[in-house]
Amino acid sequence: MSEFKSGSNLEKVLKAGHFAFTGECGPPQGANLEVLKEKARHLKGCVDAVNVTDNQTAVVRMSSWAASLVLIQEGLEPNYQMVCRDRNRLAMQSDILGAYAHGIRNMLCLSGDHQKFGNHPESKNVFDIDSMQLIHMVKEMRDQGVFLNGQEIDEAPRMFIGAASNPFADPFEFRVHRLAKKVAAGADFIQTQCIYNMPKFKEFMKQAVDMGLTEKCYLLAGVTPMKSVGMARYMATQVPGMDVPDELIKRLKGAGKGKVAEEGIKFALEQIEEFREMEGVAGVHLMAIEWEHRVPEIAERAGMLPRPQI
Amino acid sequence: MSEFKPRILAFYCANCASSAANVSESMSLGVPAGVKMVQVPCTGRIETLHLLKPFEEGADGVYVAGCQEDSCRYMSGILKAEKRVAQVKRILEELDIEPGRIETFKLSAGKGFRFAEIASEMMKRVQELGPISGG
Amino acid sequence: MIVAEQKPIRELVEMVKDFQKILVLGCKGCVTVCNVGGAKEVGVLASALRIWGRKTGRDLQVGEHTLERQCDPEYIEELRGIVGEYDAVISIACGVGPQFVSERYPTARVFPGVNTKFMGGAVAHGIWSERCAGCGQCVVHYFGGLCPIARCSKSLMNGPCGGSADGRCEIHKEVECIWDTIVRKMTEQGRLNELIEFKPPKSWTTARDGGPRSMIREELVK
Repeated sequence: MSEFKSGSNLEKVLKAGHFAFTGECGPPQGANLEVLKEKARHLKGCVDAVNVTDNQTAVVRMSSWAASLVLIQEGLEPNYQMVCRDRNRLAMQSDILGAYAHGIRNMLCLSGDHQKFGNHPESKNVFDIDSMQLIHMVKEMRDQGVFLNGQEIDEAPRMFIGAASNPFADPFEFRVHRLAKKVAAGADFIQTQCIYNMPKFKEFMKQAVDMGLTEKCYLLAGVTPMKSVGMARYMATQVPGMDVPDELIKRLKGAGKGKVAEEGIKFALEQIEEFREMEGVAGVHLMAIEWEHRVPEIAERAGMLPRPQI
Repeated sequence: MSEFKPRILAFYCANCASSAANVSESMSLGVPAGVKMVQVPCTGRIETLHLLKPFEEGADGVYVAGCQEDSCRYMSGILKAEKRVAQVKRILEELDIEPGRIETFKLSAGKGFRFAEIASEMMKRVQELGPISGG
Repeated sequence: MIVAEQKPIRELVEMVKDFQKILVLGCKGCVTVCNVGGAKEVGVLASALRIWGRKTGRDLQVGEHTLERQCDPEYIEELRGIVGEYDAVISIACGVGPQFVSERYPTARVFPGVNTKFMGGAVAHGIWSERCAGCGQCVVHYFGGLCPIARCSKSLMNGPCGGSADGRCEIHKEVECIWDTIVRKMTEQGRLNELIEFKPPKSWTTARDGGPRSMIREELVK
């Protein structure tokens, strides 16, 4: 027990020095468990842990902890996402206790997209604490065994703590400092925003390595294969903090009719290959948005299979 | 409806539009009866309330005749007037009154014919809209 | 100042459609400065109501009155003998005004004529912008004199989030990312190290979250 912070599979894989491979799964917009189980079936055996999004893009979905439990039942390890938008510190801590009690061991702490983007833009947001403070709170719960108010916890939740980093948001010079803050606050691992601009990411990684951050936490590079030219254009123009170079859009267009998706996968595979060799990168986080059924193929072609059993 | 004789109040600028008025007069082009002309030193000084009051007191239409944007003596008088006219249009709309009952016109000093034409145009427009009172 | 905007007149006439004598009540405080509730706006709204009366064939009597302030009982007192003459009062002060009038004159029917928006200032003529969230524990000195509680869409104490692009907020290109400005300013001042320090969770006990607030200054209480 003492050897690991949480004892999650993801932690063990990373600690053993394997190149980690995580997936992602959005819970259903309803109580239909079959949809979720179907996604889980595709991911099973292909990834070390699966991120379960928390009302992603502020659209109501099955709760992240509930969907995480379903994944556990299906034999997958969840990476339980929690955003600061929808809960105050009371709700967050109680959810963390419940999630841990039911076997959830990884947690990704996020600010959350503003509700303006979602399907309930009229809602009141919370933002009682921010993602940095959430990371720190989960760490204190684990390492000090106390709630945010300092009160002792009867059996503290021991989570492997994740945080997000977007190297492509502005101001660029501050991004590595914010990453450092997250590491200092208690992040054990980092999953980055989808990367398309490789030169810029390399610059960011060099800063992170130089600051010694990758020795203090595991950094997983974010990859989302482009399914179409339309998706690439949408990501380039409509998603804040996303950096999609024109060359990539040109390359996808050049692939010709019916071959764009394959070209998107090829680009993702090339990226994964590059990340394997890149100093400071401990793994890849594959966000195949509504494309879970293609994950086995991508994992296979990327040489990620079989996943280590620890 | 033929009985309806619209009452219209026109604010016109003492610089450009009033010269146009003189030209118009010299050409013996009259403005229609029912159009009451009020000369102002600059249309930029016409407040929202000045534009509303006539409607309150029985006018069926109001318009502002001022300079062209590039020849306003006080630089931006007509633009200010235009914004206030737009504000009154919004107010009228919210009261279910046709916003076309108020308008801005821009003309230069020599346009005597246009000066008379605007008055007739507004008269015709308001005549078609009919009286304000729904009762 | 407290910044407000006029309610749509359509909404206002719906509110007062059953009344015949209506008082439009202005305030010479903040709402005069932000051109929404002063004597001038009282005149415009009263005129609009009279035009509506003409349009709908109602025999309306619309009165106009503007108080020094509507957030002070001493000025509200001035309405004694006036309020009783009307069937309805439309206060175009901030949200404080209609309440002070309602509290002082319990039988009066009071309606809000404006929507109170925020605490802020005029950044240019005709343009106002929020500056303060009234959290009750000011922290702007940590952030280069700028407030992330009021001005960051997510009230982040440890920003900027991943949605900051070109100095703009993810919620809208017209919204400034205050964190971008904070980072730039602190960098220019050579104080970036202060931003790198972890800012712990804020206590919201002094904010509205702690319940309705009041304040007593013993030295001023008579």
